[in-house]
Amino acid sequence: MAENIITVEHLKKYYPVNNSFKKQEIKYLHAVDDVSFTIHRGEIFGVVGESGCGKSTLGRCLLRLTDITGGNLYFEDQDFTNLKQSELKKMRSHMQMVFQNPFSSFNPKMSIGQSLQEVCKVYRIPKKQSENKIKELLEYISLPADFLHRHPNELSGGQLQRLAIARALLLEPDFIVADEPVSALDVSVQAQILNLILDLREKMNLTMMFVSHELTVVEHICDVVTVMYLGVIVEKAPTAELFGNVMHPYTEALISAKPRENPEQTTSRIILEGDVPSAIDVPDGCRFASRCPKCKKGKCDVENPILREITPEHFVACHYA
Amino acid sequence: MDNIVSLKGLKVDLMSTRGIVHAVRGIDLDIHKGEIHGFVGESGCGKTMTAKSILRLHDESRTEYSGEITFDEKVDILKLNAKGLQALRGKDISMIFQDPMVSLNPLLTVGEQIAEMIRVHLKLNKTEATEKTITLFESVGIRPADRRYKQYPFEFSGGMLQRVMIAIAISCGPQLLIADEPTTALDVTIQAQILELLKDLQHRTGMSILFITHNFGVVAEICDRVSVMYAGKIVETGNVKNIFNHPMHPYTKDLIDSIPKTGQHGKRLVTIPGSPPVLYNQIKGCAYAPRCKFAQEKCQLEEPKAEFTPEGHGCMCHFSL
Repeated sequence: MAENIITVEHLKKYYPVNNSFKKQEIKYLHAVDDVSFTIHRGEIFGVVGESGCGKSTLGRCLLRLTDITGGNLYFEDQDFTNLKQSELKKMRSHMQMVFQNPFSSFNPKMSIGQSLQEVCKVYRIPKKQSENKIKELLEYISLPADFLHRHPNELSGGQLQRLAIARALLLEPDFIVADEPVSALDVSVQAQILNLILDLREKMNLTMMFVSHELTVVEHICDVVTVMYLGVIVEKAPTAELFGNVMHPYTEALISAKPRENPEQTTSRIILEGDVPSAIDVPDGCRFASRCPKCKKGKCDVENPILREITPEHFVACHYA
Repeated sequence: MDNIVSLKGLKVDLMSTRGIVHAVRGIDLDIHKGEIHGFVGESGCGKTMTAKSILRLHDESRTEYSGEITFDEKVDILKLNAKGLQALRGKDISMIFQDPMVSLNPLLTVGEQIAEMIRVHLKLNKTEATEKTITLFESVGIRPADRRYKQYPFEFSGGMLQRVMIAIAISCGPQLLIADEPTTALDVTIQAQILELLKDLQHRTGMSILFITHNFGVVAEICDRVSVMYAGKIVETGNVKNIFNHPMHPYTKDLIDSIPKTGQHGKRLVTIPGSPPVLYNQIKGCAYAPRCKFAQEKCQLEEPKAEFTPEGHGCMCHFSL
């Protein structure tokens, strides 16, 4: 069995933001701007960053829910960057997605049973087999069989999100992209979903890319954490190493911005000034330079730092790591 | 202890298409002058309903209030007429909401929206109102203030818009600011900025803040005292250290235990079985009993009364921890 599930090489996704007949006048939003990494089988691969960093776009690119502008994508050893839609369908049985808002990921006019059956119909799974699989999955997520007759508006966010995960598991995929799967949920429901994900990894050796802006959740559940800022990776390391030995100033600020866990905890908070710069007119040099407390003018604002391995498995894009 | 707002036996019933929703089922709460009081609970517990009731923001053709809401130990809010309410709102008690983009008028500049507030309550002329707006913007960190006050909401990021909301809310020097999930929609570094701003404003002006959130981290960060709500009632109140270190109500303890914490990577989180009760029906006994690991027969039959320690830590439970 291949060790590497997903390999991403120099992935780029740019969105054109104005219409022009003259090609040189078209401006692009650099949503993902040269990103490379590998996800190993059984790994929960965390991607964190704030709004506009490109993490959701990255997830959608990996499943080719959107065309990519440049780079290559591999599932195990197969290059699926340029597969046609008909060939992609087969590939997609190996990879599935869970979205942030469970209420908008189910067709409100269809019962849950119909929504789940739809997946099986697309992949021509015989009815008896699909019925058994659905029943098995419902038990697995601890929901009663009569939920199949209900419609999404009759269910809570937590129940629906569990069903979204069940739907993603129907085809027994090797890899799931979970885009902020618990952000819209209450804390006690979030705990149920996180436990479910840990169970899935243990029982099925499921590989997952877990996109989130919530550091406490990522620290709890992910094996590896990748930090994105304005379309690029600024730091990547195994979880304990990232949180214990943080190297990039942005990651440091992000971690320090976490609300404390109890009122007696002392924090030395790094407050970043200003907002994230434009992803259309990307600044020269390091993208974080304008907000970085350690920025050295003449170097950081001119020369773009490369992502390099500083200690084993710990990658940082900073001139002064 | 001087109270800025006191709620006594507050009940709020809402007429809905499915029947009457007993959204708030009897609340006693004192918000002290100068404190930051956290109001925490999960979706549907009634915290926003309660907060909006203080300013009577509900549709009164479909809402029935009972009990008492007293402002500054003198004013009976439930008995105010329209004129009295208008004088109160924005001047004595102000409110900021979760999503600033939908709370601001997209067709007016932000300066016009603040000036409107100031001219109504403080009776300043146009020049004076503009000057005050610019000063306000500077005090909430919107710079350059003299340029930004002429801009429209769409020209601001989420965090900056929230600062605009805060500027509007404090423009007339309110004694109480009600903040309904003001940082939930914001990135963590921006959230940190806004929380610092609110703490700083409270310190400078001495106003009280009622801070509604479902995020315990934010509570630990900013609140002096906390009330925990469940199914339309306050189940526990106390100072923030006691609530975190010695929670008395099983629900409070379960909520705190279900939050991921540092150093527990990969461990299963505590979850709360079941879901909160539907509030169409009258609830017999303790609303949390069906989900409580300590529930006994008494809990199903008899509603617990609030009991307070000499320190003011109160809990509604027959068998407090």
